[in-house]
Amino acid sequence: MKQIPRTEKEGFKEEDIRMTNVARKLLILAAAVLSGAAFTTPAAAQNEQFIPILSYRTGPYAVNGAPFANGMADYYNLVNERDGGINGVKLLVEECETAYATDKGVECYERLKSKGPTGAAFFNPLSTGITFALTEKTAADKIPIVTMGYGRADSKNGAVFPYNFPLLGTYWSAADIAIQHVAKELGGFDKLKGRKISLLYHDSPYGKEPIPMLQVLAQKYGFEFTPIPVTHPGVEQKSQWLAIRQNRPDYVLVWGWGVMNSTAIKEAASVAYPRDKMLGVWWSGAEPDVTPAGDQAAGYKALMLQHGAGRFPVHADIEKYVYAKGKGLSEPGKIGEVLYNRGMVNAMLGVEAIRKAQEKFGKKPLTGEQIRWGLENLILTDARIKELGFEGMMKPVSISCADHEGARYGRVQQWDGKGWKVISDWYTADESLIEPLVADVSAKYAAEKKIKPRDCAKET
Amino acid sequence: MIALGQFLEVLIGGLMSGVLYSLVALGFVLIFKASGVFNFAQGAMVLLAGLALVRALDLLVAHGVPFWAAIVLGIGFGAAIMAATAWLIERFVIGPLVNQDGLTLFMSTIGVTFVLEGAAEMIFGSDVYPLRLFPTDAWFVFEDLFPGGILVNKLDVWGALIAGILVAGLAIFFQRTKTGRALRAVADDHLAAHSVGIPISWIWFVVWLVAGLVALVAATVWGTKLGVQFSITFLALKALPVLIIGGLTSIPGAIVGGLVVGAGEKIAEVYLGPSIGGGIEYWFPYVLALAVLLVRPQGLFGERIIERI
Repeated sequence: MKQIPRTEKEGFKEEDIRMTNVARKLLILAAAVLSGAAFTTPAAAQNEQFIPILSYRTGPYAVNGAPFANGMADYYNLVNERDGGINGVKLLVEECETAYATDKGVECYERLKSKGPTGAAFFNPLSTGITFALTEKTAADKIPIVTMGYGRADSKNGAVFPYNFPLLGTYWSAADIAIQHVAKELGGFDKLKGRKISLLYHDSPYGKEPIPMLQVLAQKYGFEFTPIPVTHPGVEQKSQWLAIRQNRPDYVLVWGWGVMNSTAIKEAASVAYPRDKMLGVWWSGAEPDVTPAGDQAAGYKALMLQHGAGRFPVHADIEKYVYAKGKGLSEPGKIGEVLYNRGMVNAMLGVEAIRKAQEKFGKKPLTGEQIRWGLENLILTDARIKELGFEGMMKPVSISCADHEGARYGRVQQWDGKGWKVISDWYTADESLIEPLVADVSAKYAAEKKIKPRDCAKET
Repeated sequence: MIALGQFLEVLIGGLMSGVLYSLVALGFVLIFKASGVFNFAQGAMVLLAGLALVRALDLLVAHGVPFWAAIVLGIGFGAAIMAATAWLIERFVIGPLVNQDGLTLFMSTIGVTFVLEGAAEMIFGSDVYPLRLFPTDAWFVFEDLFPGGILVNKLDVWGALIAGILVAGLAIFFQRTKTGRALRAVADDHLAAHSVGIPISWIWFVVWLVAGLVALVAATVWGTKLGVQFSITFLALKALPVLIIGGLTSIPGAIVGGLVVGAGEKIAEVYLGPSIGGGIEYWFPYVLALAVLLVRPQGLFGERIIERI
């Protein structure tokens, strides 16, 4: 696992473990190079569960990829340090740098899928492009691909996609929640008729994914929908924003990642488009998306994948069991930021799926196929969420064969210039609109790939 | 009238963006003009210069140094880093390859690119670092002629002014100074220049230093626009069609090429894009560049080289 070498000191305070930026980066680089070999002896490795992290700490999306990877790695470390692993099975974690590039993601997958005593538990690619590339491979290799808040929206249908798990929210759920919020601000769904809503999207599988759902919503509610692509990485958006200035949409939905988000906010400011009429998806609503724009970002809104920024009971454990031992990967000031928290939630869901699978298959390292069962039967109640220290960050989750999403909740937060403020109550995505699209698109996929859908009624 | 106003807005915005591309393209031209090396590392040099500047600036301001003094010291630090980089490149990469063919030198600059990108992020960090040296809001001109006026971004105007000053300064440097003329002599023939007593090592250090300083200037403008971050390196890709169109050896060509690329891509994106799915400005400049290559392989302002066999 990627670890920062333990220091001699005991009884750390936050200041003690605060390293210089340079030293931290050197250590992270060294850890990345040495990762995989860092944990234990080969004999002990027989009782370890191997978990790969496909991360990006370099390249244009590193600003968003690094805090997410830190949150994941820190949580896995917490499980090892605090609990001694999952029921005594230690987690063996290795990062692989994808730089958000699909080819590198596939390369990482091929390199890591068979590692550890039972192979990879699951993959979290943090890239919809990589998800598309791996979907068939993971099904063939019987390894789950967990895409929390991203990935293929149609993979919610576990009957067709047994190994895909777009947990907590697909982009179709996000699109529906975004339109619900716009309708609420306008005073009702009937007020959407005749309005103009544009989608400024990253011209990639990620950015294109919400378009079919938004077209359905536009038809139902009668608003004019205009998709506007931005080419990777999104540093040049002048033409898009000049077009927006000319078209004057009532709202601009932002489906960006990395530098595209902050550039969109700056360009919006330069054409005097009101920031409070911009609504980002949950991947366009973290600190690195707004801070580069300074005061110009004030008023900007974004969806929340349930959780937001802030510290909760689990963070106290992270401080105590991980950072106090010098094993944390984040700068201490960034613990509790939006993407760090998302990485933690993502890691926690994976850990709980392994725990669930152990109930059926035994307290030992499990195969991807066994953990797929754990994911598909995972139920997190309010009580369990509280027990895990995530109370206040998320609502209950219930995954099944027919529903690999498990929950469809979201809220909206607004940047006030200094921090994110939650400005809405909980929304639940409208299944009656999403389900027909899921059924239609997944059925086409099944026909194209000659997949016989499972009968979920017979699954246990 | 509205359509005309919108077209003018897109055209002006495009021309201004093009000037910002020219700022990066100038660094390529300088090194090629003076050493015959196509410097693939120019985008990475902009990143390095920007990171050095912004990190020094942040540190100084955090320690209570007045902002104006911090800017001066920060730029000085950035220039020192670029000088050190120029020395290292000349000493360990380009110097040992003297009299090698152009492709070898080009390949070496690809290596330099990756080293600079990695080193810059490792030393100075990989976050987004906001830089606020120029205003980023906009003027709305001709509001009485066109509804809503025509938007002109103040940062773009600053960029154009800076580019103009740079071009004038560089033209004087190349045409009127002894060092500038020596640079041109070295570019024509390394060995011949060396045989008449021109110190090649010194000349190459100077040219990489000047390109580094141009990168620093580009970083001040692009850093203000985007925040200083890794994505700045992608500007090199924007500069390539500028160079093809303007010519690899012409400083004014870099400006004209930038204007053609900027205006072309914006007009194409806004007026052609919606009918073919959008997102075309990434590749449209290369279409323009290919069109220029077909009729003028040396670019609009490049030197026409005729080799007799």
